[in-house]
Amino acid sequence: MTVMIDTGNYIAAKAAVMAKPEVVAAYPITPQTTLVEGIANYVGTGEFKGEYICVESEHSAMSACIGASAAGSRTFTGTSSHGLLLMHEMLHWAALARLPIVMCNINRVVGPGWNIWTDENDSISQRDTGWIQFYCSSNQEIFDTVIQSFKLAENKDVVLPVMISYNAFILSHTSMPVEIPDQSVVDDFLGDYEPKWKLDVNNPITFGNIIDPLSYYKVRRAMQDAQDHAKALIPQIAKEWKKKSGFYHGDLLELYNCDNADYILLSMGAIGAESKVAIDELQKEGMNIGLARVRTFRPFPTEEILKLSKNADLIIIDRNISVGLEGALFTEVKAALYGKSEAKVHGFIAGLGGKDVTYNDIKTICKKAMTGKAKGYEWYGLTEV
Amino acid sequence: MKKYDVVTTISYPKTGAMGKTGSWRVFKPVFDKEKCVKCLRCWIFCPEASIKREKDDTISIDYDYCKGCGICAQECKVKAITMEREGEKK
Repeated sequence: MTVMIDTGNYIAAKAAVMAKPEVVAAYPITPQTTLVEGIANYVGTGEFKGEYICVESEHSAMSACIGASAAGSRTFTGTSSHGLLLMHEMLHWAALARLPIVMCNINRVVGPGWNIWTDENDSISQRDTGWIQFYCSSNQEIFDTVIQSFKLAENKDVVLPVMISYNAFILSHTSMPVEIPDQSVVDDFLGDYEPKWKLDVNNPITFGNIIDPLSYYKVRRAMQDAQDHAKALIPQIAKEWKKKSGFYHGDLLELYNCDNADYILLSMGAIGAESKVAIDELQKEGMNIGLARVRTFRPFPTEEILKLSKNADLIIIDRNISVGLEGALFTEVKAALYGKSEAKVHGFIAGLGGKDVTYNDIKTICKKAMTGKAKGYEWYGLTEV
Repeated sequence: MKKYDVVTTISYPKTGAMGKTGSWRVFKPVFDKEKCVKCLRCWIFCPEASIKREKDDTISIDYDYCKGCGICAQECKVKAITMEREGEKK
């Protein structure tokens, strides 16, 4: 085991290379660039022995990953914002084809206006593609989640692609110490990749052929079942990883001081980490509040959130907006509770366009909700303070 | 043949999955064994695997499934395959 002090992107590159994918196909985009640059560097040092395909666009990057994965290779890529959006068609394709591709997405604002800072609208827009979605809040979590994602994606009851999102610059370009296990630990944990199906000249099949309505209906249902399996497997895989590496990042929700809390704050990504400071300070001020950071947006932790709402009101901070409605996490939390919980749910939009969300901002939001001053749903911080 | 235990859109090779597609044919390829030089271009290019390769590297045509596209006749450099309208004899 060694400690590596590096940025989220270089840590993700390290994790990806240690998982030994046979193919990486990627196209650079700020703020993902240093991730693929990191992998390219491992090609130079000889540590990455797979095929590194430089393509002409993100649509091609995902298409190349689909081809490689369909041929039976472990496959990795990374992108961000407009790159992710350009992949959109092929994201559906990868999931419907049941190809266990692992991809990092660095959450970046969608233009116009041109903006390279963070919010979650890029990955929230891919919610319905069938990909499993993780949101990380530290570089250690990025490392552990990338490794675990290969195991999850390739599990015979899952066989779905996995997207690991983390915030532009706040994580992608910020150095933190990360404990890196020995290569043998990763090898032992992941094992050799055995594809569930593959294109093979010695066993010829065709893929993506015409399919009747009922058969297609069954394909969709199988994807849903696979996401349900993933929900149960995510903590199991994390426990197995902890046994081998000593680290645990694996619950669908990361809970912080939730026992007996009257209020629970829910958010995703780096805001979830920042919130811990706010929770500590609010508790010192005598307020009974906890934090549930949502790690998996798909599969959505419906039962876990419902359980939290039995004794606490919920405060949601969304760094995204489904224009015409409200924040995506807010919508989904309310859906999880519908008809089964009396809890009040307060929704806040914050930090769009990469606007800073400090622990003081989070405290202000929580206090507003806890003192009964919050509306059902509102935008925080639209004016200069 | 190995079948995969996964619910997605995979299809396995099978003769006549769409029924006897030979009934779709308007033009029919007719093979003249005397002209054949055994180059097998027709066998390579037939998109429906309806050209059967014989032991002596000449060919026969599977009229049950040949749709009459005419690619074999186009590719044959010695005009050993010619297209005739169905029901018409030259």
